[in-house]
Amino acid sequence: MLKTIEKFIIKSKYILPNSLRSLSTATTIDEREIKNFEKHSESWWDQGNEGNALHSMNFLRVPFIRDGLIDTCIVNEKYQDTAAPLTGLKILDVGCGGGYLSEPLARLGGKVVGIDASNNLITIAQEHANKDKSLNNLTYMVSSIEDFSSKNQEVFDAVVASEVIEHVNDQSRFLNECVKCLKPEGSIFLTTINKTLLSKLFAICVAETMGILPVGTHEYDKFVEPHILQRMLEDNNCCTRIIHGMFYNYITNNWSWVSDTSICYAVHAVKTSS
Amino acid sequence: MIKTHVLNAIFRQSLSKSAYRRFATSTALNSENHYDIIVAGGGMVGSTLACTLSKNPKLSNRKILLLEASKDFNWKPTEKYSNRVVALNLNTRKLFERIGFWKHIESVRYSPVYKIQAWDALSESMITFDSSNDTEEVAYIVENSLILYAASIENKSLHNLNIINEARIKSCNLAIHEDDEIRVELENGTSYTCELLLGCDGVSSKVREAMGVQYVGWNYKQMGLVATLNLSEDTEENTIAWQRYIPTGTIALLPLNTKQSSLVWCNTKDNIQKLLKLPPEQFVDELNSALWKQYERNDIVNQATKFLNNILRTLDASSNIMQQLPPNICSIEQSSRAAFPLGFGHSANYIRKGAALVGDAAHRVHPLGGQGVNLGFGDICCLDEILGNAVYSGRKLNNLLDLRKYETARQRHNVPTMLALDGLQKLYTTDFTPVVLLRSLGLQITHALTPVKRAIIEQASH
Repeated sequence: MLKTIEKFIIKSKYILPNSLRSLSTATTIDEREIKNFEKHSESWWDQGNEGNALHSMNFLRVPFIRDGLIDTCIVNEKYQDTAAPLTGLKILDVGCGGGYLSEPLARLGGKVVGIDASNNLITIAQEHANKDKSLNNLTYMVSSIEDFSSKNQEVFDAVVASEVIEHVNDQSRFLNECVKCLKPEGSIFLTTINKTLLSKLFAICVAETMGILPVGTHEYDKFVEPHILQRMLEDNNCCTRIIHGMFYNYITNNWSWVSDTSICYAVHAVKTSS
Repeated sequence: MIKTHVLNAIFRQSLSKSAYRRFATSTALNSENHYDIIVAGGGMVGSTLACTLSKNPKLSNRKILLLEASKDFNWKPTEKYSNRVVALNLNTRKLFERIGFWKHIESVRYSPVYKIQAWDALSESMITFDSSNDTEEVAYIVENSLILYAASIENKSLHNLNIINEARIKSCNLAIHEDDEIRVELENGTSYTCELLLGCDGVSSKVREAMGVQYVGWNYKQMGLVATLNLSEDTEENTIAWQRYIPTGTIALLPLNTKQSSLVWCNTKDNIQKLLKLPPEQFVDELNSALWKQYERNDIVNQATKFLNNILRTLDASSNIMQQLPPNICSIEQSSRAAFPLGFGHSANYIRKGAALVGDAAHRVHPLGGQGVNLGFGDICCLDEILGNAVYSGRKLNNLLDLRKYETARQRHNVPTMLALDGLQKLYTTDFTPVVLLRSLGLQITHALTPVKRAIIEQASH
């Protein structure tokens, strides 16, 4: 019975026009997106630590977060250049999925909380984390960002939302909720996809036909331009420090930094203290 | 569709069951026997690798185990030189300075080499390698035992490194699934588990065997003979490494001090057996004759090299003016003669899930360029940086993407060097006139072209 109601709600979203939908949702969670991700949840860790583009993206985004935090002078000097540079820092991974990014951040010594709206994915993330006994500073929780932020205001030194904002409903509100969890002077790290013809071509057409991403992963309408993201961050008292373009080489499964932000990019912004 | 799902589910279940079994056995093991990294083989490369990784600040919270088959190393430096020496390049010296080996070596002895001179017995051609200014060293001659001595002192003080001697590896079980532990079983029945196994166990590596990688190798039908030589006259300085290509092989004299040099003589197996048995005086005669003998030269080769010399001279790139003469040998140190077989070998892969090969286990070369051990130390620098980076980025030590980076970087460097050395070996063990002609002209031109020589030195020092 419940399920049919749920289905109806989801279906009704299809019918509602875009503008109405954003007004009607009280949450940033897009149920369709959740379903879509859960469809592929079984294969999340299938290929170990090396499997796919999200894994190899760690080669860029983990150092990006680590060095970003070091640059804001939040990292204790005695931990720099050690195996655990993030010791003592509280980090929130919003939309953590199977925990691809939460695990390495926890390994670097951060006290990491990973939240995701999907029960299924959190179970997978937890099961995988259980295999590594050294990951005792990592907790997972099924929660939406708005529920979480109401109970955890100004708790975290860093909030990370990697490849998430292009999947949520109300991006401005999503950012607002994320920033709520940040301590003053805390850092927010975002990686996402630009709204350009190139990104439409590569992130949707090419990536989905070549099997880099499952079909239906991305919707063009939800992509966001860097300047708009920067504006939204400013509206939420966050000052952007860095915007870097990212480039994925499918053949070598390597990510690299590029100056061009027209496909993928990463943003580091800091919450102002006022 | 449903069918495949069901099949998947069944497969998954059976997998997780076997995972449980593995887990059960691993917990049954004493957790004291689990290490983050196991280094198999405590030779020069193995003990240096263990020290380098233990001293990497990014790996300081990792437990490392070094397994060595021989007894505790308690060699003390004596006045008498050991007959096994290596020529270390500048990069290896930098590594040794960084990990604290060099101060121990420096406090005992080493011999700097300012110039390398190699010349062909069948023609006038020769080549020299030196640094851009004459005051810089190009290599350092150090005894193998002295390196092991430095390693044994440094390694004892490391809190995160455990060394087990007389540990003969019986078998290695490598990881098949993502979270499998790697198990190393010793002949005495003890077994250890680890996240990453590094094979530094030499030419006939057990780790390589367990990895099941393809290995290409051949023997040179040659052996190398080593000895410590006393020079006839007490030279003021003995800082040139000499190498002569004779039709049966190569002779190298590596400086030890003003009175002594170390010999590496590569020759056919039969000749080496004979040379080993000769009385010392006769051996010295044979050696001097091999160093000095004027071989019958082909007229065409002679004419051509002289002609090329003239051209090079008019181009102001004279190729032959500064040929220095090698020292005369008066005697050899008692019982310092020893021989070892020579071969070429290369592993098609250096890595596998949770395991990597370092040094001779991955590649074996002819000693004519003095490169073998330096390639191994180059591997160490590369692996140290990659593993440090992996941990500093929150990855596990056995991440295949990191290991693959190590493999790619090292093969890109090692394979060309190895092929060049193998090519040289083949080029210089013939007296076939066209080959002699071409190699002589090639050597002269290379000698005259400073940028080419710089490129060779650059390649040899990484």
